Amino acid sequence: MNLDFTSILPSLPYILKGIGITLQIVLLAGLLGFALGIIIALFKISSVKLLKWFSDAYTSIFRGTPLILQLALIYYGSPQIFGFQIEPFAAAVLSFSLNSGAYISEIIRAGILAVDKGQREAAMALGIPYKRMMWDIILPQAMKNILPALMNEFITLTKESAIVSTIAITDIMRRAYIVGGHQYRFFEPLIFAGLIYYVLVMTLTLIGKAVERRMRRSD
Amino acid sequence: MINVEDLHKSFGKLEVLKGITTSIEEGEVVAIIGPSGSGKSTFLRCLNLLEIPTSGKIWINNQEVTDKKTNIMKIRQDVGMVFQHFHLFPHKTALENLTYAPMKVRGMSKQEADKLGQELLEKVGLANKASEYPTRLSGGQKQRVAIARALAMNPEVMLFDEPTSALDPEMVKEVLEVMKSLAHTGMTMAIVTHEMGFAREVADRVLFLDGGVLVEDAPPAEFFTNPKSGRAKEFLEKML
Ligand SMILES: Nc1ncnc2c1ncn2[C@@H]1O[C@H](COP(=O)(O)OP(=O)(O)OP(=O)(O)O)[C@@H](O)[C@H]1O
Ligand SMILES: [Mg+2]
Repeated sequence: MNLDFTSILPSLPYILKGIGITLQIVLLAGLLGFALGIIIALFKISSVKLLKWFSDAYTSIFRGTPLILQLALIYYGSPQIFGFQIEPFAAAVLSFSLNSGAYISEIIRAGILAVDKGQREAAMALGIPYKRMMWDIILPQAMKNILPALMNEFITLTKESAIVSTIAITDIMRRAYIVGGHQYRFFEPLIFAGLIYYVLVMTLTLIGKAVERRMRRSD
Repeated sequence: MINVEDLHKSFGKLEVLKGITTSIEEGEVVAIIGPSGSGKSTFLRCLNLLEIPTSGKIWINNQEVTDKKTNIMKIRQDVGMVFQHFHLFPHKTALENLTYAPMKVRGMSKQEADKLGQELLEKVGLANKASEYPTRLSGGQKQRVAIARALAMNPEVMLFDEPTSALDPEMVKEVLEVMKSLAHTGMTMAIVTHEMGFAREVADRVLFLDGGVLVEDAPPAEFFTNPKSGRAKEFLEKML
C-alpha cells in the first residue's frame, strides 16, 4: 500500500471550504423541495382530476429518471430552453428542488392519509374551511409522523449533492478531485471527503432525532 | 327547529336510510336508538352534511340545508357534533381545542376565546386541565372536552353519536351528567345512544330505527313500557 495522508494536510482547509457550498445547495434545495412537496401532495389528494393527474405524472417522471440526468438537462439544456446559460449553482438548486419535491410529496401524501379520518370529520363538523383544516389540523399531525422519512430524504439529498461536481461546482467532492489531480493521489483526499460527508450525515441524524423528541412532547 | 322529509341515503348499492321523515323541536332532546347497522350514525351525519343525502330534504331553522345553494360550512358551524371516539386535536391543549374554531372560524379574539374556553371547561368540570394535551386525559375527560369544544361554537343543536360507547364503565356517568345538565339548559339535542336508562330519563322522545326505517317515534315512557312494533320489543328485550 502506498498511502500518505500527510501529503494532503495543506489542502484540507481547501476541501473543508466545500462544506459551505454543499450545505448551501442542500439547504436551499431541501427547503424549496419541501415547499414544492407540500403543494404537490395537496394536489395528489385533491378532488380535481387535472391536479391529480399532473402531480402523479410529475412524481413519476422525477422518480423514474436519474437525478444526474435532470441536473444535466437543466444545466446544459438551459441555453436552448431559457435562452441563456444559467449558473451552475442555480441549476443545482433547481434540479435538486424539483427532484426532492417529487420524493417529499410522496412522503407528505402518505403522512396526510395516515392522519386519523376522525380529525378531518371533527374539523368539518366545526365548520373549519378546507385550507385551514389542512394547515392547522392535518399537516401538523402529518409532519410529526413523517419527520423520520423527511430527515432521510434530507440525508439522501446531502449525499447525492456530490453529483453537482459534474457541472463544475466546487463542492466537497469536486475539491477532493482537484486536490487529487494536483497531488497525483486520489485515495487520500477522497477518503477525507467521505469522512466529511459521513460527519454531515451523522450530524443531520442527531438533529433529526432531537427535533423528533421535541415534537413528541404532546404525546 | 329540524325538519327531515323523506331522507334517503345510499352507499353505492346499499340503501342505508330508506325515507325518514321526522322533526325535532327547539329545546327538545331526542334519543335515537336501534340495532347496529340500522343507520343511526348515518342519519345523524346527514343532519350536518358529513354525509350528503341521496335524496330528501332537511331544514334547520327554516333553512333548507339540502339546498345546493346553502353554505354547508355555515350550517356545520351552527350544529355541534360529538363523536364516539372524541377526535380531539392531539397537537393542541384542551383549551386550544376549544378556542381554535371560535377564533379561526368565528373571528373571535384570543382573549375572548380564552375566556369562553375557560368558562366552558369549568362547566364540564375540567377547569384545571386547560393546558393538558389530550393524551394526558382519561376517556371521560376527553369526551367532556369534546363536548365543550362543540359548545364553544355556540351551536343551535348538538348531535351526539354514541358519546359513551368508547368509555370505560366508570367514566360513563361523568359524561352523561354533563349531557344531562346541557339538556336542562334547553339545548336542542339528538343523541344516538345505547344507554337506555339515560334515554328514558333525559329524552323527550325516542326514535327507533331499524333497517334504515324509522319504526317508532314516541315519548320514552310510552316507548319503553309499551313498544308498538315487534322489532322494538325484540330490541328492548335484548338491551334491558
Ligand atoms: N361511508 C360508508 N360507506 C359504505 N357503507 C357505509 C358507510 N357508512 C356506513 N355504511 C353502512 O351503512 C350501514 C349503516 O351504518 P351506520 O353507521 O349508520 O349504522 P349505526 O346504526 O350507526 O350502527 P352502529 O350501532 O354499529 O354504530 C352499515 O351497514 C354500514 O356498513
Ligand atoms: Mg353508529
